[in-house]
Amino acid sequence: MKKKSFSPYLYILPAFIIILLFRFIPIILSFFLSFFDWKITGPGGFIGLDNYARLVTDKYFWQSMLNTFYVVIYVVPFSIILSLLFAVMLNGIKKFVSFFRTLYFIPFVTSMVAVSIIWKIIFNQQSGLANYFFKMVGIEPLKWLAEPTGIWTMFMSNFNIALPHWMGGPSLALFCIIIVSIWKSVGYNTIIYLAGLQNISNVYYEAAEIDGASKKRQFFNITLPLVSPTTFYVMMMTTITTFQTFSQVYLMTGPPIGGPQGTTKLIVYYIFEQGIDKNDFSYASAVALVLFLIILGLTLFQRSTEKKVHY
Amino acid sequence: MENKIKKLIIYTILAICGLMMVVPFLWMLTTSLKSQTEVNKGNVGFFSLDHYTEYSSPDGKKYAAKIVHENGEETVVTIFDKSGDIILHEPQPITIQLDEDGIKKDFTFTSGEYLKVDSSRIKTVKKFRLHWENYVNAYKKVPFGRYFLNTIFIALTTLVGIITTSALAAYAFARMKFVGKDFLFYLFISMMMVPQPIYLIPSYLILNYIGWIDTYYALIVPWMANIFTIFLFRQHFKTLPQDLFDAASIDGCSRFGMLWQIILPLSKPVIATASIFSIIGSWNSFMWPLVMTNSPQLRVLQVGLSYFSQEAASQTSLLMAASTFSVLPLLILFLIAQKNIIASYSSSGMKE
Repeated sequence: MKKKSFSPYLYILPAFIIILLFRFIPIILSFFLSFFDWKITGPGGFIGLDNYARLVTDKYFWQSMLNTFYVVIYVVPFSIILSLLFAVMLNGIKKFVSFFRTLYFIPFVTSMVAVSIIWKIIFNQQSGLANYFFKMVGIEPLKWLAEPTGIWTMFMSNFNIALPHWMGGPSLALFCIIIVSIWKSVGYNTIIYLAGLQNISNVYYEAAEIDGASKKRQFFNITLPLVSPTTFYVMMMTTITTFQTFSQVYLMTGPPIGGPQGTTKLIVYYIFEQGIDKNDFSYASAVALVLFLIILGLTLFQRSTEKKVHY
Repeated sequence: MENKIKKLIIYTILAICGLMMVVPFLWMLTTSLKSQTEVNKGNVGFFSLDHYTEYSSPDGKKYAAKIVHENGEETVVTIFDKSGDIILHEPQPITIQLDEDGIKKDFTFTSGEYLKVDSSRIKTVKKFRLHWENYVNAYKKVPFGRYFLNTIFIALTTLVGIITTSALAAYAFARMKFVGKDFLFYLFISMMMVPQPIYLIPSYLILNYIGWIDTYYALIVPWMANIFTIFLFRQHFKTLPQDLFDAASIDGCSRFGMLWQIILPLSKPVIATASIFSIIGSWNSFMWPLVMTNSPQLRVLQVGLSYFSQEAASQTSLLMAASTFSVLPLLILFLIAQKNIIASYSSSGMKE
């Protein structure tokens, strides 16, 4: 009988040890590391907030942050709108639903490494598919992944309008990464939306039909509000994964990685570069902690707004 | 009628967008079967013909040729046989007269690998051919076999680990009473959403401290427990009726026996779901193995492919062939089990 009283812990023990060693301790350690000077030479002394002071004046950190925000700001809304549209269309048809679902899901289950390699070649200036199509329809070929100019600067220059630098938007190279990220995430989000749409009772639509509400009004007044829990979930997941974009930067850009002119350097690649390439573990941890706080803050913010919105 | 047109529009949009989802993969496939020479020439569409220079000898035989110099009616060529060896050359050096800016100059080809032929015997032939040899060449160039084995080994051991540790822990969380249960559970859950880049660097230091950097342990052990799987199992174990356990208890079934004999047989769908996530996760994982290993013999498929993409950056066809056989196993698995896989993802999405 006495043995029985501690056996529940034995059941948890294997999982607990691994999670303790490779999740809990690392997360705590990353917090401590950021206050020390720990490089390849081993643990150095306590340096207080020095890493954070360095971070504030580090222009590469800010550039990576800005690039990352660009990616999030473009990928999240586009991915959500596209996947909601796909889901609504799929929900309205009867034939080939599973065929299209499978088609849209293929990019999601394929490895980011292979996908990045394929897209890198698609965006290749000489031997890429993108410029091949452009030539076919008579558009001037672009430099794609080698183009550091902002997309809005490029777009406006067609009308001979010169935008100030800060309004230029993400570089075309970064925009290529944005396209890949949207393309990769749409399938998963569509599936989640489709499940969300199928949970909406038909009663609402029937009532609206009787009241003579148009399809457009039904979408905005029934579908959109009732699918909002899904929207919150999809928004949160896409935001978190987009903040972590790494493989696309590592495989599609450069040399040097993060180029041209650092316009594709994203924050997780910056952590990798500082921590693994340069072995400045402490500084990398400080950057990682800032990323963590941003993601945590956004998650909490989304949760709190979600609680306020009820249907 | 209006409805039919609407349906048609919807199907058209869905089909076009669906095509955009798979066009990169189709292009990967067609490029992987092209000759590198054609790709380098800019023939990068989905289909292209190979251009050969052919020499018809006076005795009616045809040979592959490479033009070295064209000078009006005379052409200097190198002639190859099927295996690419140079044949049919003239033992003496060849001298031809070049006409440069109105000044005639003699130019001599000395190495004896050339043949002077009549220009009318040389022509360009277009042929459609699938270059399957790209696959063999890519596979031979770096030890992809080893990478595949590493990946499969790691995916399977991780899978067994995850299912075991999660079943045990979820069993305790779902069906046992003990002090600190809620605290432990919420501690686990709170760490579920922490992104990998946050704990990557400290994990590296910890693995380095244990001496596991550049070993299989670093790629397997940290992933043998998965919080989401524990959560998934717990939710399912909770739904099993208590009567089953009471009856088993009366029959003298031990606590562990219940897990093995009652819970697991009733949990096959949820185990399948967890296995799908685990296998896809292991197969596609990149940043972790990239950071935690250095030796070439420890490379997993994704890391190997990444290195290959640097080495063979200019050899698009080989690169596409390597990408194809890297994504193929998982793609086939997905297409076979697509219904279950999609259902798994769609059901687990909103379980928070």
